[in-house]
Amino acid sequence: MNLRAAMNLRAVWAIYRVEMARAFRTVLQSIISPVISTSLYFVVFGSAIGSRITEIDGISYGAFIVPGLIMLSLLTQSISNASFAIYFPKFVGSIYELLSAPVSYLEIVIAYVGGAATKSIILGLIILATASLFVPLHIEHPFWMLAFLILTAVTFSLFGFIIGIWAKSFEQLQLVPLLIVTPLTFLGGSFYSIHMLPGIWKTITLFNPVVYLISGFRWSFYGKADVSVGISLGMTLVFLAVCIAIVAWIFRTGYRLRN
Amino acid sequence: MPSILSISGVSKTYATGFTALKEVNLDIQRGEIFALLGPNGAGKTTLISIVCGIVNRSSGTVTVDGHDINKDYRAARSLIGLVPQELTIDAFESVWATVNYSRGLFGRPANPAFVEKVLRDLSLWDKKDSKAITLSGGMKRRLMIAKALSHEPRILFLDEPTAGVDVELRQDMWAMVRRLREDGVTIILTTHYIEEAEAMADRVGVINRGEIILVEDKAELMLKLGRKEVRLELRAPLGSVPDGLSRYALELSPDGSQLTYTYDNQSDRPGVASLIRDLEAAGVQFRDLDTKNSSLEEIFVNLLRQEP
Repeated sequence: MNLRAAMNLRAVWAIYRVEMARAFRTVLQSIISPVISTSLYFVVFGSAIGSRITEIDGISYGAFIVPGLIMLSLLTQSISNASFAIYFPKFVGSIYELLSAPVSYLEIVIAYVGGAATKSIILGLIILATASLFVPLHIEHPFWMLAFLILTAVTFSLFGFIIGIWAKSFEQLQLVPLLIVTPLTFLGGSFYSIHMLPGIWKTITLFNPVVYLISGFRWSFYGKADVSVGISLGMTLVFLAVCIAIVAWIFRTGYRLRN
Repeated sequence: MPSILSISGVSKTYATGFTALKEVNLDIQRGEIFALLGPNGAGKTTLISIVCGIVNRSSGTVTVDGHDINKDYRAARSLIGLVPQELTIDAFESVWATVNYSRGLFGRPANPAFVEKVLRDLSLWDKKDSKAITLSGGMKRRLMIAKALSHEPRILFLDEPTAGVDVELRQDMWAMVRRLREDGVTIILTTHYIEEAEAMADRVGVINRGEIILVEDKAELMLKLGRKEVRLELRAPLGSVPDGLSRYALELSPDGSQLTYTYDNQSDRPGVASLIRDLEAAGVQFRDLDTKNSSLEEIFVNLLRQEP
């Protein structure tokens, strides 16, 4: 059986296209605003404060924070894009059309998560280009840089999709990103190496999954990492598998969708 | 004729413990217009939502043109179009984009000529580039219908299609429903406007408290459960009904100027001709006579009143 017959690819494309159209319709909010805020990080941390900070692992502070800042945007945007994409039809009621269409769970996830991940990957690349205006950039492992970028965008878009289905209000929609993801990202080594932390905090930090994402991503740039790149990749894949399992359970049970 | 939709033993109990449907059995014939009537909270929308795949049922089976709605959901759902009660549209999409999105969602290849025809039929063509948010309530309702028709369904569910729409749009929609039926589309509608069901439906089902209490051919239903009323305006007021007319159980108005005779269409009670002869014999003269058949609405209300 060929793919076209086995899957409703037209539906995947229809959803994906609507999601991308929404990004271009709200280009100011979707792309320009995160670029501006990231640029401000570079100005403040990279140039103003960073000029007084010594190099970390032989990397200038401005360049050191680039992978962490890209990850910060990638995580928050992936979650926000995917959670909003599925929550909004639930909120306005237009989800009925998706649920009544001949679309499989897999196709729904591919379309929404694909749309959200594409947007955040584009954003990550734009931030990367913006960063190159402020600091000299060197990417030692471009393939792995892209691999971490895509893997993280997909994983956190899946996570956002789960939040969007779970959320019953806009407040809940913001709750996880604001209270969990942003603190974890800030404490995950975006702005410092975890080797700079005192003993016990270094151990505690290893329970933060974002540490592995940032470490692996930074390794792809400079060949230096807080934790082994294999562990980084493994932990990212574990989180991806957990998200896939939760999404599969949501669709099997109809949790907050078909009940 | 084989049924196009078969609902068998379908029950639904929500997580709150509320049982919305109890062992519902219903068969819809191919090409008919079926009106599902019931008071608020009777289970109409839950039933439609189960058939369309929006709500999971607790038990029972549903097949659409022979396709099980779970095992063969793609084939089943691609045959169905749904116009829900609420106006739920992505407000920021254009009319053209949102209708084409619906077509794509149902796996149909792009067909601009067909989408244009649907929009023209629903008087939406002039608004094709407008965002949904800018449309009036009536236009939004038309857009919901256009979305439901975009993938050329063989069964169309209209859940309260004319709630809150003006007379002109209501008539347009009735005309559209008739056209669709001529094209072989099966139509299942729920409505609070019983006159709508009376004007349109081939068959009527009544649901109350999650149970189907009646499914009947509309004409037969009106004949079976309908009542006739004959009202006579008297030349001179009466103090009481003459003894010779007692077998008619006539009702005399308080001022004595009007007599009303009510009888079931199928009852053994004597007809109007016999009443007129007996009135003459009793010396009662009337100046005008008015007859009225009970409406589907009255039949519906009576049915619900009879429910325990």
